[in-house]
Amino acid sequence: MNKKMLNYILKRFLLALFTIWIVITITFFIMHAVPGGPFLSEKAASPETTAALQAKYGLDKPILEQYFNYLSGVIKFDFGPSLKYKGITVTELIVTGFKTSAFIGGIAALIAILIGVFLGSIAAVNHKTKLDQAIMFFSTAFVALPSFITASILLLVFCVKLQWFPANGLTTKGLILPIISLSLSPMSYITRLTRSSTLDVMGQDYIRTAKAKGVNYWVIIFKHSLRNALTPVITYIGPMLASVLTGSLVVEKIFTVAGIGKYFVSSIVNRDYMMIMGTTIFLTTIVIIMLFLTDIMYKIVNPRVDLE
Amino acid sequence: MSNHLLEVNNLKTSFFIPAGEVKAVDDVSFTLDKGEVLGIVGESGSGKSVTAYSIMQILSKPGEIVGGSVKFDNQELVGMSEAQLRKIRGAKISIIFQDPMTSLNPVYTVGNQIDEAIKLHTNLKGDQVHKKTIEILTQVGVNDPEKRAKQYPFEFSGGMLQRVMIAMALVCEPDILIADEPTTALDVTIQAQIMELMRELQKKLGMSIILITHDLGVVADMCDKIQVMYAGKIVERGTAKEIFYNPKHEYTKGLLKSIPSTQNKKKLIPIQGNPIDLLNIPKGCAFSPRCEQCMKICLEQYPAVKVFSETQQASCWMNVFKELKGSGTVE
Amino acid sequence: MSKKPLSFQLDLSKFKKATEEEKTQTVQMRESTTFWKDGFNRLKKNKVAMLCLTIIVIIIIIAIFVPIFWPYSYDQMLGVKQGVGVDGSYNNLAPFQFGATELQLKAQGKFVMPHIFGTDAQGRDYFIRVIYGTRISLFVGIFASIIVLIIGLIYGSISGYFGGKVDLIMMRIVDIIYSLPDMLIIILLSVVFKQVLTPFIKGTFLAKLGVGMISIYIVFALLYWVSMARLVRGEILTLKQNEYVLAARSIGAKPSYIIRKHLLPNSMSVIIISTMLQVPSAIFTESFLSFLGLGVNIPMPSLGSLASDALNGINSYSYRLVIPAVMIWLIVLSFNLFGDGIRDAFDPKLRK
Repeated sequence: MNKKMLNYILKRFLLALFTIWIVITITFFIMHAVPGGPFLSEKAASPETTAALQAKYGLDKPILEQYFNYLSGVIKFDFGPSLKYKGITVTELIVTGFKTSAFIGGIAALIAILIGVFLGSIAAVNHKTKLDQAIMFFSTAFVALPSFITASILLLVFCVKLQWFPANGLTTKGLILPIISLSLSPMSYITRLTRSSTLDVMGQDYIRTAKAKGVNYWVIIFKHSLRNALTPVITYIGPMLASVLTGSLVVEKIFTVAGIGKYFVSSIVNRDYMMIMGTTIFLTTIVIIMLFLTDIMYKIVNPRVDLE
Repeated sequence: MSNHLLEVNNLKTSFFIPAGEVKAVDDVSFTLDKGEVLGIVGESGSGKSVTAYSIMQILSKPGEIVGGSVKFDNQELVGMSEAQLRKIRGAKISIIFQDPMTSLNPVYTVGNQIDEAIKLHTNLKGDQVHKKTIEILTQVGVNDPEKRAKQYPFEFSGGMLQRVMIAMALVCEPDILIADEPTTALDVTIQAQIMELMRELQKKLGMSIILITHDLGVVADMCDKIQVMYAGKIVERGTAKEIFYNPKHEYTKGLLKSIPSTQNKKKLIPIQGNPIDLLNIPKGCAFSPRCEQCMKICLEQYPAVKVFSETQQASCWMNVFKELKGSGTVE
Repeated sequence: MSKKPLSFQLDLSKFKKATEEEKTQTVQMRESTTFWKDGFNRLKKNKVAMLCLTIIVIIIIIAIFVPIFWPYSYDQMLGVKQGVGVDGSYNNLAPFQFGATELQLKAQGKFVMPHIFGTDAQGRDYFIRVIYGTRISLFVGIFASIIVLIIGLIYGSISGYFGGKVDLIMMRIVDIIYSLPDMLIIILLSVVFKQVLTPFIKGTFLAKLGVGMISIYIVFALLYWVSMARLVRGEILTLKQNEYVLAARSIGAKPSYIIRKHLLPNSMSVIIISTMLQVPSAIFTESFLSFLGLGVNIPMPSLGSLASDALNGINSYSYRLVIPAVMIWLIVLSFNLFGDGIRDAFDPKLRK
């Protein structure tokens, strides 16, 4: 780790912070375009909630002051009260939900990466064989499958018809199908990515050099090829986590998992603006942090990348 | 039992692509003795590099050796098991490639990659390996080797990287070094330095070298013998002297005319046309469609090898023609 | 016989100089092809891509023409007749079954168009709803890709051509947008637009299209162009180095002229491929939003909303979920594979 690297990390971190701030700001002001503003547009909000909002953000105050009140709240990880769930704060809902969501999302991402890289390497090593064709056939078919479709079909087959799994994600067993739904498409994508980049790397001059040096086949695969072949996969990890997180919103709804998605989707239906704002900002922040980490990881794995 | 270090007999290597079989190396035979420097000359696609890869058995798909034999130290390499071959590659026969920039793994340090070669073929451990790496880097003229060993390939210039490649190839003191166009990707001034380095190391270590190039100028003062390849076949072979002063094949003559030189002020004459399409090799001499002296027979029949001296041979109808003309049979 | 032994099998007349004509005859020249011709030839040989193209064309033709002559419309509740009470026999018909009045007509020997996929809970013909949903999804996909193409092209060209500070600022903006999780922002914007736009478009034709659809387009226009802009900029930066641009500039050509005349045609193939691949991604997004209830307006169907609705009756009417699901999958898959095929055939960087 040299000075150039630290410099890069700092720069990249500041950009991430700036982006998060932009998201908060845009979210707030867009929500204010809703007639009556996010705090008050819902007539159904209970008087207690309104009172809490009044005390917190000063609803009669100028919009800028409301904005700074909200911003300072967000910095303290306080997204205000929920409009729908009386007496519960958005932060509480997010924390409760995110535990489950992070669990299934994390497992799904891990499965996607591990199995995807494994299958992709297998396919590349067995290039142009039946095995390769079979892996490619399934990964091509699954990569075009949106997670909510996968989830619906899995629900239909395994919960409704076969009844192997419970139709709700309240038990651990019930989380298996949501995890599969979330991981199938990114896994297929990673399989294809790993395969093509491995094939690409295997054709590189330095692989020939290694072979000419007398390096063992498996050492060529694991030492010389895999690390180079994985760099494109690493760049995909950030966007993948974003898509797994957003995908989980719907998948959780389908399998009635008590994750952040369940609250988020119901907040859309119920027009719980505080919840929508809070969740959007929270999840966006998570995604931006992930992208930041991915970038750093990419630079570490790939020393030839220019740090300017 | 032969006493040649390397003996290649009727080697045939083809690439099987959807459009058909490409005979990249077609019936090539030659020998190499200890301490000898052999030059293989020819333009792109003539099969020089494929010959080298066939010797080392590092052809990548869809390339395949379809016939012939390669004997190193009286061991047959064609059909040898991978495990045995690995003991020869890098230890007994080493190769350096055209483009040093892409021939080293970008994600490992230069030192790491030389260490790897040492660990593969010697019993040295830990510090000894590192010491050896530094030693060989110093030997090939890399300044500040301690620091350079810790750097990645992208931090080097092309010439420096080729020195590293040479270091890596020679670190296990092989019997044969194959240099596949070692200077093509480099600047002219650097080219001379690399050639000088190779000559120096050859004298010091006494290994044999197969120098592959498209540039006759490069092989002139380094090689003991030279063979000229065209469309997968050796069309002429001889000592450097014979090839330069008394070429017997029209293609060799063409190549010589296209070398710039400070001594002769003659005009450079390029060889007309493009290298042959290896999928459609003509029935006769592959060079005939581009040959200034092309005769009808050249297009129809492949010329037999004609021996001129113990060292020089060529396959060209012009030699037959001259003989016939000398005896008055044709005009 | 005075012939030398060497010339035994030789025909001496062959030792004459060959003519140029004879020389060229021996060399079989490979057919010369142009870039486009070569590309199309490759594409035609790619069986998977051609199959996908066929599927796409068939789906597009069905989506355009079937609703024109089909006797039922997507929002027609067959059991509801004016002045008469609701005829419940039309609701939730299984495939190829008929409602009460239709059965009477059939008994009279008249032809009644069968309900191929049955009807939904409100007695609407499900087949035409799927076809109509496909039409909407395709429309969104293709139209959104065009929007993305136009904005990305303009933004990327400007950024790439001018370079320097302009480029730096423009690309930072792209960086920021790029790192936003698009789906979340789309949901947020859709929620807001749904509230904000509704009063504005009341009574116009846009109202029929639905606020959800309009917000989808706005969102595409706001967010989805970034990768296209990056691509165009990258292409232009590489091409800018080329001599012909320098040549054009030195004779005093205007920037817009240079972009139009020299830069774009050269980056065309990459841009077309990317646009092609944008279509399935837009369809994907639309169905996701419709699934969440943020897409098309009721009663207009889209494949996503059909799948979402079907979840409620998943126990008894599972085919209603499977049909739109397979349709989405088929469209996205075909476009992806066809796009891959085009890329393999035309991308100069992939050609060897």
